[in-house]
Amino acid sequence: MNGYILKNARVIDPGRNIDSVGDIAVNAEGLFAEPGTLANPEVIDLQGKVIAPGFIDVHVHLRHPGNTLAETIGTGTAAAAAGGFTSIVAMPNTKPAADTVGAIELLHRLVSKEAVVRVLPCGCMTIGSAGEEMAPIGSLKSAGVVALSDDGKCIQDHALMRRIVEYAKAFNLPIMDHCEENKLAEGGVMHEGKWSVLLGMNGIPSAAEELIIARNIIFARQIDWKIHMQHVSTAGSVQLLRAARAEGVKVTGEATPHHLTLTDECIKKFDTNYKMNPPLRAEEDRLALIEGVADDTITVIATDHAPHTRTAKEVEFDYAPCGIIGLETAFPVCYTELVKKQVISLPRLIQKMTTGPAEVLGIEGYDMAPGKAADFVVLDPEAEYVIDKNTFKSKSRNTPFDGMRVSGKVMMTSVGGKIVYQA
Amino acid sequence: MQWTRKDLLSLYDLSAEEITYILDTAEEFKKVSERRVKKVPALRGKTVVNFFVEPSTRTRVSFELAEQRLSADIVNMQAQASSLLKGETLLDTVKNIEALQVDLVVMRHSAPGAQAFIARHLSCGVVNAGDGAHSHPTQALLDIFTIREKKGRIAGLNVTIVGDIIHSRVARSNIWGLLKLGANVTVAGPATMVPKEFESIGVRVCHNLKDALKDADVVNMLRIQRERQTAGFFPSTGEYAKFFGLNHDTMKYLKPDALVMHPGPINRDVELTGDIADGPNSVILEQVTNGLAIRMAVLYLVGCVKK
Repeated sequence: MNGYILKNARVIDPGRNIDSVGDIAVNAEGLFAEPGTLANPEVIDLQGKVIAPGFIDVHVHLRHPGNTLAETIGTGTAAAAAGGFTSIVAMPNTKPAADTVGAIELLHRLVSKEAVVRVLPCGCMTIGSAGEEMAPIGSLKSAGVVALSDDGKCIQDHALMRRIVEYAKAFNLPIMDHCEENKLAEGGVMHEGKWSVLLGMNGIPSAAEELIIARNIIFARQIDWKIHMQHVSTAGSVQLLRAARAEGVKVTGEATPHHLTLTDECIKKFDTNYKMNPPLRAEEDRLALIEGVADDTITVIATDHAPHTRTAKEVEFDYAPCGIIGLETAFPVCYTELVKKQVISLPRLIQKMTTGPAEVLGIEGYDMAPGKAADFVVLDPEAEYVIDKNTFKSKSRNTPFDGMRVSGKVMMTSVGGKIVYQA
Repeated sequence: MQWTRKDLLSLYDLSAEEITYILDTAEEFKKVSERRVKKVPALRGKTVVNFFVEPSTRTRVSFELAEQRLSADIVNMQAQASSLLKGETLLDTVKNIEALQVDLVVMRHSAPGAQAFIARHLSCGVVNAGDGAHSHPTQALLDIFTIREKKGRIAGLNVTIVGDIIHSRVARSNIWGLLKLGANVTVAGPATMVPKEFESIGVRVCHNLKDALKDADVVNMLRIQRERQTAGFFPSTGEYAKFFGLNHDTMKYLKPDALVMHPGPINRDVELTGDIADGPNSVILEQVTNGLAIRMAVLYLVGCVKK
């Protein structure tokens, strides 16, 4: 192969501040190149389309090993490719948990066999994510983890959390925290508010998240290290994060497409595809999240892709596991709800799916400059379609977005110059 | 009107016209139980399964008697005897019941929405006999029936519900039913158990018994479960009775002809004293009698709907 040139597309490359119509060339080695340097390249005309760096999702559950009925590294990464993601961070709550060098090595082996996009391992903060003993953080770093998280669980012992942040800093590993105070959240299955009261369901109060966000801000300030708040969901959390970032504390936050678009009212039909943790919050929380996205308090959009089998989800709401899949719906849902509704521009949405997450992981220069690995996505902003879960590459179907009419379609995804998805 | 629903899940779903239609139908069925032969062939040849995933005595007995008086064939299932303990899903269990050509499933379950969930997957009728703290439509219907019978109307009445509102399916069902029929509803009790969010649907929220009872035409005293005390919702049943209990002194806040109701089982001397429970304002046992008529009406309507 002689490489190829993608012509006439709108190139949006937030890392280099580029937003203009132009050509992108990929050489035989799978790197971006200057268009003039290729001999006899294949030419692909992409008039009307957008080319952007491949999306990065810092929050994905691949379920492999442990629950391969719900997802495998093969199907999960295929879903990522179909969603325009070229790098995904694999959460460590597999079975066994990613709390040992052996678990990370197993992940590397499975990835090399099955994955079609880059899988960046995240290690546990504590052994088994039990919140009691520190995981072998230094060894995990040597094995290749890019971040630490006990996602799904939250360390309740503040002294232990403080030591982990101190220890992780010395190994240059960012912390990504699922912020939840267990006692306040205990027994809750949805947001505590008007709808939990009307439906007679046990609520998870906003305070359960905000207390831990406040704790993490205090540690990030004191230790001067990076703590990323996963799936921020409440208005109070946005406020805390905004104030902390204004004073220069190294904290970042992500919002999920579902928290930006859905609310607790959706639960009145008891459909378990609206059950997740943190729960869908009230409309005022949703609006505050959108404001946080618009003013860059929230710099990352992440999916919290959480596959579950139909059997697991087709039960009483109280007993259903939390979580929904999101890789294949993230871009169209955000494009429809944020860009079309003029909350943010397309380049800024792309920023929150590329350079925003790259910054959390400490990846510098994530862009399409010549010489960089050709990880990119081609988007058709004009395409309109109805989301059909039966077309998903993911092994699971637990999505609340099935049947939604959306704009914005992922047309092609490339990892290292290799086309891994084409619509 | 023509009844068209195969299920009775929640009063939130029903129109004022539908609620009134059930009440009117229950009036006819009430007469059946007053006859020497207390039985009609309304559901003859139909099979009803009473599936109680959460234990119940009074509601189960009331449903069973209602079914017998309608001449239905009855099977009773309890959770501990069912396959749920063997790991079968709820949906599989009820689909197996339906495969036996059953016409109606009366279900109680601790999880809110469990009946709505199974009703979506079943073609037979589903009657909600209580789902967690969410809904208990036949209890609210019998309460409203009793009020209408005594007061002659619902619209414009002031109805106060006192107690553990946040954990109460009885309160929620009464609120929806009463609001739809035009009553003014007040909920009262300790602030930990009576959230202000009820105001969003036009219910008055009150943490002072005197204010809550003033002008009330009806007061419905809900059961206080003792485990709420250990969970920290209030300090003691003694303090509860002192601030929110109905007794000789607090009765003075009420109009002389106000109705005193209780869904049972009563904690005497906690929610209300014995002499109030047995006194002239109390309609507590009439509620039980009316429950039978309401359940006969509901079973008849959903059991005979054209599918």
